[in-house]
Amino acid sequence: MVASAVFILDLKGKVLISRNYRGDIPMTAVEKFMPLVLQAEEEEQTPTPIVSTEDGINFLYIRHSNLYLLAMTKKNSDAATILLFLHKLVEVFIEYFKELEEESIRDNFVIIYELLDEMMDFGYPQTTESKILQEYITQESYKLETQARPPMAVTNAVSWRSEGIKYRKNEVFLDVVESVNLLVNANGNVLRSEILGAVKMKCYLSGMPDVRLGLNDKVLFESTGRTASKGKAIEMEDVKFHQCVRLSRFESDRTISFIPPDGEFELMSYRLNTQVKPLIWCEAVIESHSGSRIEYMIKAKAQFKKRSTANNVEIIVPVPEDADTPKFKASIGYAQYAPEKNAIVWKIKQFPGGKEFTMRAHFGLPSVKNEDPDKRPPISVKFEIPYFTTSGIQVRYLKVVDKSGYQAFPWVRYITQNGDYFLRLPEAVKSSKLGGL
Amino acid sequence: MAARAQKFFSTTKKGENFELKAELNSEYKEKRKEAVKKVIANMTIGKDVSSLFADVVKNMQTEDLELKKLVYLYLINYARTQPELVILAVNTFVKDTDDVNPLIRALAIRTMGLLRVERIVDYLLEPLKKGLRDEDPYVRKTAALCVAKLFDLSPAIAMDNGLVAIVQEMLSDRNPMVIANAVAALAEISGASVKKDVFVVNNTILTKLLAAINECTEWGQICILNSLATYRPNDAREAREIVERVMPRLQHANASVVMNAVKVLMVYLNYVNDEDTTKQIIRKLAPPLVTLLSSEPELQYVALRNINLILQKRPDVLNQEMRVFFTKYNDPPYVKYEKLEVIIKLASDKNVDQVLSELKEYANEVDVDFVRKSVRAIGRCAVKIDSAAEKCINVLLDLIKTKVNYVVQEAIIVIKDIFRKYPQRYEGIIPALCENLDTLDEPEAKASLIWIIGEYADRIENADELLEHFLEGFKDENALVQLQLVSAAVKLFLKKPGSAQEIVQRVLNMATQQNDNPDIRDRAYIYWRLLSSNPQAAKAVVLAEKPPIEADTATVSESLLDELIQNIATLASVYHKSPSLLGGTAVDVSAVRGETTLEMDAEEPEVDARSVAQQVNAAVGGGIENLLDLDFGGPITTATPTSGGAGLTPQKSNIDDLLGLMDSGPGPSTPPYGTPTASGGFGGFNFGSSLGGGSGPSFSFPKTSLLTSADAQGLELQGTFSRKNGQPYLELTFGNRSGAPMSDFAIQFNVNSFGVAPAAALQVPSPLGPGATVDVSLPLNTSGGVQRMEPVNLLQIAVKNNVGVYYFSISIPIHVLFGNDGGAGAFGSRWGDFALSSQQFTIQGLGGVQDLAGKLRRNGVVVAQQPNPTTFQVTAQTINGEFVVAELNISSGSGVAVTAKAKNADLIPLFQQSLEGILRS
Repeated sequence: MVASAVFILDLKGKVLISRNYRGDIPMTAVEKFMPLVLQAEEEEQTPTPIVSTEDGINFLYIRHSNLYLLAMTKKNSDAATILLFLHKLVEVFIEYFKELEEESIRDNFVIIYELLDEMMDFGYPQTTESKILQEYITQESYKLETQARPPMAVTNAVSWRSEGIKYRKNEVFLDVVESVNLLVNANGNVLRSEILGAVKMKCYLSGMPDVRLGLNDKVLFESTGRTASKGKAIEMEDVKFHQCVRLSRFESDRTISFIPPDGEFELMSYRLNTQVKPLIWCEAVIESHSGSRIEYMIKAKAQFKKRSTANNVEIIVPVPEDADTPKFKASIGYAQYAPEKNAIVWKIKQFPGGKEFTMRAHFGLPSVKNEDPDKRPPISVKFEIPYFTTSGIQVRYLKVVDKSGYQAFPWVRYITQNGDYFLRLPEAVKSSKLGGL
Repeated sequence: MAARAQKFFSTTKKGENFELKAELNSEYKEKRKEAVKKVIANMTIGKDVSSLFADVVKNMQTEDLELKKLVYLYLINYARTQPELVILAVNTFVKDTDDVNPLIRALAIRTMGLLRVERIVDYLLEPLKKGLRDEDPYVRKTAALCVAKLFDLSPAIAMDNGLVAIVQEMLSDRNPMVIANAVAALAEISGASVKKDVFVVNNTILTKLLAAINECTEWGQICILNSLATYRPNDAREAREIVERVMPRLQHANASVVMNAVKVLMVYLNYVNDEDTTKQIIRKLAPPLVTLLSSEPELQYVALRNINLILQKRPDVLNQEMRVFFTKYNDPPYVKYEKLEVIIKLASDKNVDQVLSELKEYANEVDVDFVRKSVRAIGRCAVKIDSAAEKCINVLLDLIKTKVNYVVQEAIIVIKDIFRKYPQRYEGIIPALCENLDTLDEPEAKASLIWIIGEYADRIENADELLEHFLEGFKDENALVQLQLVSAAVKLFLKKPGSAQEIVQRVLNMATQQNDNPDIRDRAYIYWRLLSSNPQAAKAVVLAEKPPIEADTATVSESLLDELIQNIATLASVYHKSPSLLGGTAVDVSAVRGETTLEMDAEEPEVDARSVAQQVNAAVGGGIENLLDLDFGGPITTATPTSGGAGLTPQKSNIDDLLGLMDSGPGPSTPPYGTPTASGGFGGFNFGSSLGGGSGPSFSFPKTSLLTSADAQGLELQGTFSRKNGQPYLELTFGNRSGAPMSDFAIQFNVNSFGVAPAAALQVPSPLGPGATVDVSLPLNTSGGVQRMEPVNLLQIAVKNNVGVYYFSISIPIHVLFGNDGGAGAFGSRWGDFALSSQQFTIQGLGGVQDLAGKLRRNGVVVAQQPNPTTFQVTAQTINGEFVVAELNISSGSGVAVTAKAKNADLIPLFQQSLEGILRS
């Protein structure tokens, strides 16, 4: 495990703030970090997130906006834990300061020191729940009448929720968000498709409520001998739960039961590998005319039920870096040339299910050819489909039980959106069959 | 807040500390607090504010929690620079540990433990003991870790005052967080102690850990999973039980909890001996491993490095999941490279079509490095999957047609490997390769094509013309290309003696007369002589059948693999290097106890950076080093080496070896095997005689003379090796027999079989007066360069002083290199491994052996089992991971019959020598 020290650096490698946890490595050793990164860059390699000096100091780091968050150790430490802890730091700092950047570090150095002291001890991560931390480490501590005390939750078995929370109206909001990852090769074959789902909760519940969530989980249905009466049951490949969920309970009878943290959190995430029809399908024909101009025809089709609609669709088609004088014709929405991305961005506000649209684009190419080999990034698509999940997951019930016996109101929303959604571009054809614009 | 804080960083005028001093002593509370904030702000931007120590500490006693925290923070940073002033703070600390607010009690304990000043340790003991039994779990969990801090500072004090014992009791605490931190503290202490008996998980503790794992925070779960991974279950039933309890952790959102659970399951797979459970575990492992690929890229990287290991151990875990490792366009390069490695691991004749079409796609990307690796991967698939070789060749030919320069070059390099693996199968494509002759400008690609031409000279009609093409620029070529040209020309001549006479003459002429590179010159001379004296012999040498090459998918050795599986998620598993190479030295508690002179808090240990270079990232590539290149950081005196020019022998004299190395590409290459150096004239050890001495903790051979005053201009040197607390040492006696004082001693080791190198700089009192003698103990480690020596345990060492540089060689007895952990747990599986070399020998004339187990133990040989009173099954493991297992039978006479097994057969005779010495000691 163990990190010897944690640093936040700017992109030039200047230390903005640091905390020494073990004192076994001189803090000046951090000066060796940037040269390692620069050396890797000089050799035209991207440095790995873990680098080491010849005298055996290991640096583990992540980047956030224009900062490095860095931990160093001389031992065979738990790399996964350290990297994850650095991400947790970012998360907590953002909860505290909204943004994490050079400026906010400078403005909040006192509280950052306090947080670093509380979140890690002797290199071992301790309390990293920002909700709980906020109960006894606050920016306004000088206003407090009485001295802060460690909340019970810090050492409780329920380390994510404090006691004595009260709401006048007890409500729970559930968002089921599915991101579709897709990779299609140039011949139109689907190489990969997976669904990454997440159940996000906003809990406004009083007391210490025990919550149970019921899903149309196929494994559960099968084990209880129930046949899914209406709608299908879904088979989740892998499920990950927030630490509030009783994992052994889930393992034994697939019940999702928990005492939720207060406010917003991600209850669970799941993954499905089942092949689904790509929701938005794109076909591209590219035609280049003796290197002087290039034409694109993009056909996009919404392959989901007619009663659903995809919103804010963006189809991003990369074009050669040296393309100029763009001309477009789209059957719906509007297409734009985005030179900073070297791409056409075709925006469609509403894309109803079952519909098909086309867009044609025309570019001039300079007579002097670019020597570099053509970059061929894939087409990427962004979209959101509300009231719809690709997997068919359904929340069957959400039961809230608290000692005081109040009534809670659950609200459920479903949405499907793009994840890493890529369709590789075919090569340009040389002959002219498309016709002009 | 923003506006308030801004001003802390603004002032930079002179005498600032002077002003701050005044403000720190102000009569107004608010002003003092602002001043402390300014001090901390200055500390943050790296200004030295240590001179304000006394003034800052005065503000420590306050009701204001924020102010107190700031002062504590200041103390952590500057305590070590002002150890004599820290005593000022102790009183407040002790008082704070009695505060009514648990936050303050814990804060005081946490901070005191970080001051790392030994003189306050005594004051810390009582408050710490109280903290360990505090009513508030927040204080207890903080105190538990503080014991680990104290142990780090002063192991003896932590052990002797019963603090560690209290932490051991805390494993039964009713609070799960306290248990988790107690586990962390004990594991840390145990890992740092030599005996490793501080934290032994037994049945009772196991039950508690399994209960706590459901209740404590995610980070606490990781600590507990870690300790479960080191527990050895008593039987398969217990193993299954633990597996059942750990399995739910795979569903945790915290990727590190998941990886550590995977570690436990991978380890326990060895103990669950029924097929159903094994299958069940393996089935359960796949989905979480795949999900890790949706985490942050840095964690994906760690996961992929570990998946690589897991697949080596259990190739069937992910065989249905190949597609998830296809790279995404927006993956960072380091993730792409690792995915590529995993794809090759998963490639089989069933999915190879998919793999190839994907790799071909990658070969069209923009990242040149990635493209090269992808092309290489196609070649590796061909070498790995026999039935796919043809398809791979076709893909490579397609890629060559793209004429993209670096793609073509890389393709030719891998085609050379395919030719080596499947000789005489694909020579039909040679013309297509030769068309690209002119575009090649990288040495490796050129050398590869030349090798192909030489190898197939009899099938290529215009082979002589093709070689001719390269000859014009011979002088300017890279050595790699020149070597290949020499060999290819000779091959051509042997195959087509008529037409190639002129070419071979020219090449040999150029290589011998116009060339300064000894490698090339020597090879040319050898060939020349062979050709002129015995062409038949030349044929036998040059055209000899080459050993087959293997797919390079196994990147670590079997024994290292087991060790790395045990360390999943750690740095070792990311580097694929043994954890013993990653620092963290062990402290022998029993030896340290009572020795008050031990200065653990002194300063950062001053070690010679060069000699402890961990070389974690750099695979040992070899390279031609010799003793004359030793860099002592100053001009080297031109004294001729006393033991002849052994170091000058070129290490690579066989081109086929070279080509064998080339195919491994960027992956770790096998250490180049040097030609045997004649060691007859060296003053090595004779193990057979004078084995009397060597009492004390570990057995050592008596010192022998390494340099005589006649050899070394008055310097007399004797030495032997010893093993103290599991670390090897070189014991040297320096004698000055000259008339003048000697100074500036330094030592350097040549690369050797075990990578033995000094772990610290040589500490010889300087000057060493005439007639003076001094004993020096030099700690060693195994972080040096690796090259096979003959005999295997030979070390070539150079010692320097102000007079000159002197060379000697000495054999290192193997037991000196044994670590303390012989790997007793692995005895069973190792003993049963048929792939090991096995040898039997008898040690005679012992006349009864007393305390056999103890003797062995002190020398790093662990008795794993003792099936009957006269049979000992032992195991030992060198600190770089080589192991020996053996069975000792004490016969009724006075001899011991030994059967020894090792992966590396060379170790057995060494083990025999050491064992003989140990038993006779």
